Amino acid sequence: MSLFHVLGFCLKIGQLFWMLCCWFLSWFLDADKSPLDPDKTKMKNHNKMCFLWNKISTSGLKIPPSFSHHLFGSVRFGKTFWRKVLVAWVVSWVLISFWTFWCLTSQAMAKRKETLASMCDERARMLQDQFNVSMNHVQAMSILISTFHHSKFPSAIDQRTFSEYTDRTSFERPLTSGVAYAVRVLHSERQEFERQQGWTIRRMEQNPVHKDDYDTEALEPSPVQQEYAPVIFAQDTVSHVISLDMLSGKEDRENVLRARRSGKGVLTAPFPLIKTNRLGVILTFAVYKRDLPSNATPNERIEATNGYLGGVFDIETLVENLLQQLASKQTILVNVYDTTNHSQPISMYGSHVSADGLEHVSPLNFGDPFRKHEMRCRFKQKPPWPVQSMVTSFGILVIALLVAHIFHATLSRIRRAEEDCHKMELLKKKAEAADVAKSQFLATVSHEIRTPMNGVLGMLHMLMDTELDVTQQDYVRTAQASGKALVSLINEVLDQAKIESGKVELEEVRFDLRGILDDVLSLFSGKSQEKGLELAVYISDRVPEMLIGDPGRFRQILTNLMGNSIKFTEKGHIFVTVHLVEELLDSSDVETSSSSSTENTLSGLPVADRKRSWQNFKAFSSNGHRSLALAPSEINLVVSVEDTGVGIPVEAQSRIFTPFMQVGPSISRTHGGTGIGLSISKCLVGLMKGEIGFSSTPKVGSTFTFTVVFANGMHSTERKSELHNNNQPEFEGMNAVLVDHRPARAQVSWYHFQRLGIRVEVVTSVDQALRFMKTYATTVNMILIEQEVWNKEADVFVKDPLVHSPKLFLLANSIDTSVSDTLSNVIDPPVLIVKPLRASMLAATLQRGLGIGKRETPQRKGPPALILRNLLLGRKILIVDDNNVNLRVAAGALKKYGADVVCAESGVKAVSLLKPPHEFDACFMDIQMPEMDGFEATRRIRGMEEEMNNGEALTVEEGKRSRWHLPVLAMTADVIQATQEECLKCGMDGYVSKPFEAEQLYREVSRFFNSPSDTES
Amino acid sequence: MELVQMQKSLQDYTKSLFLDGVLDSQFLQLQQLQDESNPDFVSQVVTLFFQDSDRILNDLSLSLDQQVVDFKKVDPHVHQLKGSSSSIGAQRVKNACVVFRSFCEQQNVEGCHRCLQQVKKEYYLVKNRLETLFKLEQQIVASGGMIPAMELGF
Repeated sequence: MSLFHVLGFCLKIGQLFWMLCCWFLSWFLDADKSPLDPDKTKMKNHNKMCFLWNKISTSGLKIPPSFSHHLFGSVRFGKTFWRKVLVAWVVSWVLISFWTFWCLTSQAMAKRKETLASMCDERARMLQDQFNVSMNHVQAMSILISTFHHSKFPSAIDQRTFSEYTDRTSFERPLTSGVAYAVRVLHSERQEFERQQGWTIRRMEQNPVHKDDYDTEALEPSPVQQEYAPVIFAQDTVSHVISLDMLSGKEDRENVLRARRSGKGVLTAPFPLIKTNRLGVILTFAVYKRDLPSNATPNERIEATNGYLGGVFDIETLVENLLQQLASKQTILVNVYDTTNHSQPISMYGSHVSADGLEHVSPLNFGDPFRKHEMRCRFKQKPPWPVQSMVTSFGILVIALLVAHIFHATLSRIRRAEEDCHKMELLKKKAEAADVAKSQFLATVSHEIRTPMNGVLGMLHMLMDTELDVTQQDYVRTAQASGKALVSLINEVLDQAKIESGKVELEEVRFDLRGILDDVLSLFSGKSQEKGLELAVYISDRVPEMLIGDPGRFRQILTNLMGNSIKFTEKGHIFVTVHLVEELLDSSDVETSSSSSTENTLSGLPVADRKRSWQNFKAFSSNGHRSLALAPSEINLVVSVEDTGVGIPVEAQSRIFTPFMQVGPSISRTHGGTGIGLSISKCLVGLMKGEIGFSSTPKVGSTFTFTVVFANGMHSTERKSELHNNNQPEFEGMNAVLVDHRPARAQVSWYHFQRLGIRVEVVTSVDQALRFMKTYATTVNMILIEQEVWNKEADVFVKDPLVHSPKLFLLANSIDTSVSDTLSNVIDPPVLIVKPLRASMLAATLQRGLGIGKRETPQRKGPPALILRNLLLGRKILIVDDNNVNLRVAAGALKKYGADVVCAESGVKAVSLLKPPHEFDACFMDIQMPEMDGFEATRRIRGMEEEMNNGEALTVEEGKRSRWHLPVLAMTADVIQATQEECLKCGMDGYVSKPFEAEQLYREVSRFFNSPSDTES
Repeated sequence: MELVQMQKSLQDYTKSLFLDGVLDSQFLQLQQLQDESNPDFVSQVVTLFFQDSDRILNDLSLSLDQQVVDFKKVDPHVHQLKGSSSSIGAQRVKNACVVFRSFCEQQNVEGCHRCLQQVKKEYYLVKNRLETLFKLEQQIVASGGMIPAMELGF
C-alpha cells in the first residue's frame, strides 16, 4: 500500500514538474516570438532582452525566462502591475530558495567543521597527555640517575642495570622507543674517562647510514673538544649509541646545550633516527650535580650539569598507535607538524595528500616552549552532496513557481476573458450598427421602390379607365393587384424597421371599435365567403362604444391575425371576440367549463383552448391585475382571434413572433407572406401596453389573444343607447326569432341584431320556433334561421302558415348551390344574409328585406374618376402651393373632378383665407413653402378653429355642428412616413401625393366627404 | 392626307419624347386634364413652367456665382424647380434636380455648378421639344384637325 502511495506521489510530482517545464517552455516561446507589440522600440528592446536572456540562461543562471517577457512583453497598463507582482514574486522566491540552500549548506559545513575540530582536539590532547606522561617519566629517570649514579660512589648503576631497568619500565613511557644517558666529560677528564670506561669517545656520523650497516666500532674517535657528552647508559633498543659523543651530532648538541641551560625537557626537531632511520624526536633532560633553585641562571645550570638523559620518541609509530585506539580512525586524516620554523613546518606524521577542503589545526604542547607542534586534521572523504538542502530549496522553488503559474494562468484567463468581452462588445456594437443600417436601408429602399411603384400603379389605374377588352382588363387588374401587394409589403417592411428603431408613435384618436371591426370583417368577407368559412365578431356589451387610441394600428394587428387565420383555415370558422379583461377574470371559471365542450363553438368544430393563449399574461395573473391598477378611464381589452385552421406545429411555436420566421419554407410558397406580420403585431401590442399570446393545436386550430389598453372615449353625459340608435333608428323596437341550435353562434347573431335595436328571441329548433310563434305571432317582425337549420328542416318550416307573416331571413356563410336550390323551391323566398354579419350590411339587407329602406346606398362602382367627380362636385376647395406650376396642375386636376378651386400661393394667404367660419370644404396644402410652411399654416388654422370652438360652445345650441374642423390635406412628393406622421401631428387630416393619384385622392377625400346626397339632404 | 400625316408625325414625336425620357406619365395626366372647358390647359401650364423656370435658373446662376454660396437660398429654388418639373412631367429635369439637391445638402459648390449646367441642358431640351410639340399641334389645329389622344400602350 505504501508502495502505491509512493508511486502516486512520484507521479504527481512528475506531473507538476512536467507542467512547470511546459510553462517555462511556453514562456520561452512567448518571449521569443515577439508578441503583438505595436511599439517598435519596445520590440527592439524585447529582442535584445531575449538575446541577452538566452545568453544568461545558457550560462546556468536560473531566473525565470518570463523576466524579459514580463518586463517588455506587456503593453497594457492595467495589467503591468500584476505582471510586476508576478515577476517580483518569482524573483523573490528564487532568491529565498537560494538563501535557503545557502543557509542549509553552511549549517552543514559548520557542523562538519565542529565535528572535525572536536575530533582533532581530542586526538591532540591525548597525544599531548601521553607525551607528557612519557616526558615526566624521562624526567623521573634523570632524577634517578642523578641520585644513583652521581651521588653514590661508586655508582649504583651500570650499563646492565640501566638497560634492565629501562626495559622493564618502558611500559611507563609508551611514546619512547628508548632512553640513553650521556655524561658530561671535560677534555681534561677525557683520558681518565676513556680509561675508566675502556673505550674512546666517538664522534657521531654525519650522514646516517642504513641500520644494517651501522657499526659502532667503525666510527672514528671524537676529535678534541672542550667537553664531550658520551653516552654511557642506554636502553637495549638504542644500545648502539653508547660511547657516542652527543655533542658531536648537530641536533643533539643543540638539544643538550639548551637542556642544560634551561633545566627543562627539550625536544629536537624531528629527524631520522640513527639505525631505524624513522622519524623521531629526542627529548633531553639535563642531570645536575645538586638540586638547583628554579630561578637559577643558565650559567649556574651549566656549571652544575653532570650529564644528559635523552629519550627517543618515535612519533610516527606513536601517533599511529594512538589513533588506532580511537574510533572513527578512518574518517579523518591526521598530520602532525613541527612548526618551530613557521615558514617550513616539518612533517612528523601523516601523508602529504593535497591540502584542499576543510582542515582543523590543534596546537600541541610537549612541554618545550622552544619547540612548537601542531596537529592538522582533515576528513578523508570529500563532503557529501548537500542533498537535503538542495531538495528543500528546490521544493520551495517548485512550489513558488507553481503558485506563480497558477497566478499567471489566472491572469491570462482574466485577460482572455476581458479581451473576449471587449471583442464581444465590439461585435455587439457592430451588430447594432448593422441593425440600424439595415433599418435605414430598408426605409430608404422602400421609399425608393415606393416612388416608382406609385407611378406604376397610377398608370395602371389610368389604363383601366381607358377602353380595354376583357382580357386586357384582367391583365391590368392583375398587374395592379400585384403592385398593390408589393406596396403593402414594402409598407410592412418599413413598419417593421420603424418599430424596431422605436420611431413609431401611437395616435390618440377617438374611434368606434365596433366600426373598426366591421371594416376589418368586410375586408375579409370575400375570402371567407369564398371558402365557406363562418366569420364572426362578438364584442361584449361592457366594451364602451367609443375608445381613444390608435385605430389604425389596432386595425393592423387585427388584420394581421385575421389574415393569418383566413390563410390557414379551410373549413370551420374564424371568431373574433372582444371583452374587457375584468369580464374574463370574473367569468374565468365558467369559461373553462364551457370551452371544454367542443360542441359549443361557432362552427361545431373543436378549437384550441383559448384560455391557454393568455395564461402567461400579466394582466391575468391573480395579483398582476391589481398591480396594473389602471386608471378608471383606461379600458383593458382582450381580443381573441380563434380559428379552426391547420394550427402551428409545436416545434415552430417558439419562433412564431420572430420576424421573417415562418413555420417552414413551404409555407411561404403555398400561402405567401413575409412572416413579418406577427412580429409587427407583437411590437404594436407592446406599444399599446398589451400582451399577445396564442395557443395552438396542430390540425385543430389556433387562438391568438392579445390585450390592449385604450382610454375610454365615452363622455359621462353620453349614453350608450343613444349612440346605438343614432345610426339605424328604424329598427328600434322590432322583435325577431332566431332559430339556431348552436349557442355560440346564436349569441353572435343576437349581438349583431341587438346592435340595431332589434330584440331577438333565440330558440334552438324549428319546433320551438313554431311554438313561440303561436304565442307571439303578431309581435314578431322577422324570423332568422341559420342556414344549417334551414337545410335540414326548411320544408317543415315553410309549410307552417304562422311563419308567413313575418319576414324570413336566412343566415348563410356563402351563397353556395344547395342554398340556392332550396331557395328556389320556396314560394316566398327568404332574404339571404350572407355572413359575416356587420352593422351596415345587416341594416341594408334588413331594410331591403323589410322594405323600409328609404334611401339608396351610394353607387360605389365604376371608375374612381367618376366617384371622385361625385365626391368633389361643387366642393369649394382651397389649394395652397408656392409653386405656380404645381398650383395650376393641382387646380386643373381638381377642377376636372368638378370642384370649385381657389388658389393661394403662400401659407400666410391660406391662413387669411381660412378663418372660420369656413367657406371652404377642404384645403390641400403644400408642405414646403417659404415664409410659412404647410405645417405652420395648418397649426395656425387649427388654433383659430379651437378659439372659435371654445367661444361658440357657449352660444351655439347643441345638436348643431358645434366644432369647426376643416379637412386639411397635405400635398407632398415625399412618401416617407415620417413626413406623413408630421402631417398628422400638426393637425392635418391626411396627405396626398403630388402629383395627384386618383385612387389615393379618392381614399383621402372620401374620408371627409360622404356621397353628394348627404350634402343635399 | 396631309393632316393625317401631320397627326401621325405628332404622335411619333410625342412618343419619342416619352421614349427619350424627356417626359413621363405626368404629362399625359396633364393632357387628360385638358378638356372643352379648359382647352389650353396644357400650354398654359407649360408656359407658366417656362416662365418660372427661366426665372429660377437665372436666380440659381446668380446665387452660385456669389463668392460665398448661400445654400439655404439655393435649395428652395431647386426644390421649386423640381416640384414644377415633376408636375408637368419633365422627368429628366426633375432627376437632375434631385441630384442637384443632394449636392446642395453636401454644400458642394463644384457639384452644384455641374448640376446647374446639367439642369439647364435638360431644361432647354424639354423646352425645345415641348415648343416643337405645341407648334405641331397648332399646325394641326390650324389645318382643322383633331389632336390625337396619346396612346398608353408603350
